[in-house]
Amino acid sequence: MADKKPLFEFKEIHVEVEGKEVVRGVSMQIFPGEIHAIMGPNGSGKSSLSNALMGHPDYAITKGTASLDGQSLLEMSADERSLAGLFLAFQYPLAIPGVTVANFMRTALKSHRGKEADMSDFRKLFLKEMEALSIDRAFATRYLNEGFSGGEKKRVEILQMSMLKPKIALLDETDSGLDIDALKTVSDGINRFHNDTNGILLVTHYQRLLNYVKPHHVHVMIHGKFVKAGGPELALQLEEKGYDWIEQETRDKVEA
Amino acid sequence: MADSAKQKHEKLASLNADYAAKYGFHDPVDYFHKGAKGINHEVVEMISRMKKEPKWMSERRHEALDIFFSKPIPLWGNTQLLNEIDFANIYYFMKPVEEQSTDWADVPEYIKKTFDRLGIPEAEKRFLGGLSAQYESEVVYHSMREDLKKQGVIFLDMDSGLREQEEIVSKYFGTVVPSTDNKFAALNTAVWSGGSFIYVPPGLDVKVPLQAYFRINAENMGQFERTLIIADKGSRVHYIEGCTAPIYSTNSLHSAVVEVIALEDAYIRYTTIQNWARNIFNLVTKRASAYRNATVEWVDGNIGSRLSMKYPCIQLLGEGAKAEILSVAFAGIDQHQDAGAKVIHAASSTSSRITSKSISKDNGRASYRGLVKIYKNAVNCKVSVECDALLIGEEARSDTYPTMEIDNDQVKVEHEARVSKVAEEQLFYLTSRGLSEDEARLLIVNGFMEPFTKELPMEYAVELNRLIELEMEGSIG
Repeated sequence: MADKKPLFEFKEIHVEVEGKEVVRGVSMQIFPGEIHAIMGPNGSGKSSLSNALMGHPDYAITKGTASLDGQSLLEMSADERSLAGLFLAFQYPLAIPGVTVANFMRTALKSHRGKEADMSDFRKLFLKEMEALSIDRAFATRYLNEGFSGGEKKRVEILQMSMLKPKIALLDETDSGLDIDALKTVSDGINRFHNDTNGILLVTHYQRLLNYVKPHHVHVMIHGKFVKAGGPELALQLEEKGYDWIEQETRDKVEA
Repeated sequence: MADSAKQKHEKLASLNADYAAKYGFHDPVDYFHKGAKGINHEVVEMISRMKKEPKWMSERRHEALDIFFSKPIPLWGNTQLLNEIDFANIYYFMKPVEEQSTDWADVPEYIKKTFDRLGIPEAEKRFLGGLSAQYESEVVYHSMREDLKKQGVIFLDMDSGLREQEEIVSKYFGTVVPSTDNKFAALNTAVWSGGSFIYVPPGLDVKVPLQAYFRINAENMGQFERTLIIADKGSRVHYIEGCTAPIYSTNSLHSAVVEVIALEDAYIRYTTIQNWARNIFNLVTKRASAYRNATVEWVDGNIGSRLSMKYPCIQLLGEGAKAEILSVAFAGIDQHQDAGAKVIHAASSTSSRITSKSISKDNGRASYRGLVKIYKNAVNCKVSVECDALLIGEEARSDTYPTMEIDNDQVKVEHEARVSKVAEEQLFYLTSRGLSEDEARLLIVNGFMEPFTKELPMEYAVELNRLIELEMEGSIG
């Protein structure tokens, strides 16, 4: 283990939104094949962290470093980060009127491969992935996220992930707004994507996604900091007891 | 500030270079006839004489010229730009060749090359039922499929139309757009040359589009084509026009008049993709009359030009007639697209739908100017107006001047206007998938135009997307 290099690493990251510090020095290493989860109550800075790592212009990283597969990330624009192998499944994916899911997917693949994908190859792959995620074929010609239900949007995010095959996928509250069937389908999609060479970072408020996608490591984030780390059992504890006890523990630590 | 002005200037230069590469080339031409610059009764007389026209047309021209002189430059719209037009510095008539050809092989090499570069003969082979190619003032090539001819479809350039179908022309010419309508309609009537004449016999469905392509080549050229389309009872036809011109430092004027008549139960779609160079003043009067249960559709794409003023109009004259006006305008650096639509409901149970989409980029300005009029005795009418503007960059401007004059209360009217910006959030979403910011912006713009693009034949949709890509390149915004 010791000589293995992390696939994805960030150190002492601070994030500001509109001048206010929302992430206050967090670090993590994800090795190939690992699934990590960041759990935390609303407003803890989890989503800000994932947006900042992806390069959202409103989320400024004021301190810290991040690298993916040995490449330093923070000087890169969002598209360069994507091409380097980073992916963010959005909590609230945006509608792009007039742009069909299929057209968008082809355009994104073209950016990644540097050339137009062969039409019939693309079609085959695209239909296969759609089927696996129980997305109706009709969605290929619908406008991206326009009029989609919450669950449909999340499935299409996972569809994009399975097509683009990133090295590291940040999944921001991918379980929110999903009913139990959709949760299972989406989880299956994530598990199918996962392999020994890539890594996943799940960002979630609730434990329920973690019943289906098993993390190796769980980090608890409160007030912009990682305050506790553990294995999958930590998620269960949180499910049972909520976040209050950790907040209490943190306060105690500070006072002591 | 100086830097940004300089940057803008360079930007414009490079955009012009892009346009130049594809459309902006020009031919050094020995014209068969090139009159003097400026406009007066002698010029009108010369045009009429060269065309060996019937007397009534010649009289109509002179009468129209007096109307042109008597009318002031419009006092509305972009009057500042309108007043830049120097009527004395324009060639009103240039005849490139002595005779029109029906075979590309007979078209002079330099003109043929022009149209080859624009892909016109290729398009004719692949999917058109007929093609007319106008170069400066006259149509240099014209041809139509034999089967359509046999079925009785008449598709001629307007000059030949007047010679060969004088009865129909004299019956309809100037009935939809009279010379008195506006200053530029009067000018067109005085000096018109070229354009298309189409007559579709009753009940016939022309399944393939008929196309005309208008090319301005010379500097300070005025192109004044005149188009007249008549779809007889129960017939159907789709007409497409395209336009380009080279770039010069001085302005050229394009001022067409288009008259469209859909008799009972007829259907006419008129599609325009114009891609003028940035020094063209494009002041066009397009109007249609739709009789009982007839449908007229204007599908109007405006790219390029310095100033466009164009408000395709449909007069719904018979019960059950339908109007559809779908337009898109792209206003880039230093451009003003003043486009819109006009529908007159003069009969009951008529319906109209106007969809206007505009994109303003850099300091470009797009205006929607619309009028819907419903007469008192026209009851049970339906109207829907939707204006959608997209702004790119901080300086881009869009304005909307919708007017509704509704003289009875038995109508159903829907009106919607939206102005949006390319949102940072949308850009981030797309760039996070690997698209560069320019690609992301282009995709958003293409998506915005999709309701328009999808109405075009495939080939034109592809071409339009390419044009937009050109316009979007290296967006400053």
